[in-house]
Amino acid sequence: MAKLLSKRNGLIFVLVVALIMPFIVPNDYILHVLALVCIWSISVYGINIFTGYTGNLSLAHIGFFAIGAYTLGLLTVKAGWNFWLAFLAAGVLSIILGFLVGLISLRTNGHFFAIYTMCVGYIIYLIIDKWDSLTGGVRGLIGIPGPASIGPITFESLTSQYYLLLFFLILTIFITKRIVHSLLGRTFIAIRNSEELAQTIGISTKKNQLLAFVISCFFAAIAGALYASFVRFIGPEIGGIFLGFEMLIYLVIGGLGTLSGPIIGTLLIVFLTQSLQFMQEYKMLLFGPILLIIVIFYPNGIVGAIEGIKRKTRQKRKKSGPNKGYSGIEEVS
Amino acid sequence: MSQLKLQISNLEVKYGPFTALKEINMDVGHGELVVLLGANGAGKSTIFRAISGLNKPSNGDIRFLDKKVSGISPDKLVKLGIIQCPEGRSLFPEMSVYENLQMGGYVHRKNKAEIKKSTEHVYELFPILAEKKDNAAGSLSGGQQQMLAIGRALMAKPKLLLLDEPSLGLAPLIVKQMFEIIQQINQEGTTILLAEQNASAALKIADRGYVIENGRIVVKGTSSELFNNEEIRKAYIGA
Repeated sequence: MAKLLSKRNGLIFVLVVALIMPFIVPNDYILHVLALVCIWSISVYGINIFTGYTGNLSLAHIGFFAIGAYTLGLLTVKAGWNFWLAFLAAGVLSIILGFLVGLISLRTNGHFFAIYTMCVGYIIYLIIDKWDSLTGGVRGLIGIPGPASIGPITFESLTSQYYLLLFFLILTIFITKRIVHSLLGRTFIAIRNSEELAQTIGISTKKNQLLAFVISCFFAAIAGALYASFVRFIGPEIGGIFLGFEMLIYLVIGGLGTLSGPIIGTLLIVFLTQSLQFMQEYKMLLFGPILLIIVIFYPNGIVGAIEGIKRKTRQKRKKSGPNKGYSGIEEVS
Repeated sequence: MSQLKLQISNLEVKYGPFTALKEINMDVGHGELVVLLGANGAGKSTIFRAISGLNKPSNGDIRFLDKKVSGISPDKLVKLGIIQCPEGRSLFPEMSVYENLQMGGYVHRKNKAEIKKSTEHVYELFPILAEKKDNAAGSLSGGQQQMLAIGRALMAKPKLLLLDEPSLGLAPLIVKQMFEIIQQINQEGTTILLAEQNASAALKIADRGYVIENGRIVVKGTSSELFNNEEIRKAYIGA
């Protein structure tokens, strides 16, 4: 029984459920929401790499989501580029801009870094909103093409788009896992633990923070580009601070600095939001207290809380009988 | 005296308007074990932080292997071979013992064979760490955590090891073991600068010592000179 419930089997089960989703959901609406969950999750994984693992709060993240979306939108609609070429360009541009923004903003620390990046995010929003001739301003950008077909595979139906997004999400999780379980991941965690301590074992903290920041921006831009091609319409509000905070809430509720936190948080909150649609703005009356409770009692989110409970039961078992001690980094499982 | 490894001249460090260190002159020779004695708040840690680059001196000079090192960033100093083992056993609590050691070898991360050798060496010095290598560092006892902190510092292959109060908060028996191991590390060829409040234990293994009070060096001498100095006996040894 215990073997049946192992982590590996659990993962396979989740994967299978995700794969057969299009055939078991009662209507397209739910599949549509699931596709959006994939997109938000990719972006939240981006926040997680930087904020979750190196411990600095960047509020410019949503700006890079918008940069990705608008790069893809403008290059396909106005310049007539091939979809995948534009997609690639969105990723490359986010790396370049992320590097430049990170280079300057990482000269600040702590709260100042958060404030600085919030300004950067807002500037990106303002540029999109006010540069009417390029971005279409408040009217937004319409007619963005969906993902172009790759050989015989087309992405016209909702189901095929869902699979495409799921593919990118799995790729994102895979990359994150590889990073987190490598020396690079431990370097990030060391920086989160204490910047000074990290320095005294020879880690160049700024260089590594910059790397994490760029990776995080890249994920944001990829998510943004996917969003643009999925929804086919983008407006400046996708670079707005509200959406940015919403993604941050997904991460905090799911679990900062955990591997499964971003997707759990996103899935949970998005579906909660959808089912509370009838409450309109008043749903925040519900979210506010939930967020507060989680931040106060479970600062590592849902995943962190579950890990904590697991650890406690394991310790109890350890006391009653010989058992293998826990190994590795608890928080990243 | 043998060739100088570390030379501090006229060092001054300020925290805002407050002068924490003034006119510090110290040196450490190759292979020496030098102890820095002083009460809480005397400035021991500040000297260490200045040597390891965490605090920028407002005046004076720090030279390591005849190269000026004041003003160089901490991570580059680690590459040069100045490794600090910070006070209060600052570990990475959620990482395992093994992972903590690997992080200690960060600057040699490209040389896997070397890292493996260093890890074996640390396990030889502290067999308990080998036994607990998969346990989270935060779950170790105080003494084991201190061993891990020293072990992690050794992973970087220090040319100069800065040990900041390794006996802090440890049981007397563990303190004795700890000092024996520190002496062994020194005898294996690592130059050590040791900050301590436990003067009698530290002077037993040290070659020379400095006494710091209120941010100034007040006495210096060989271990036996310091050990037999009336005032030091009164102030730090209590006999």
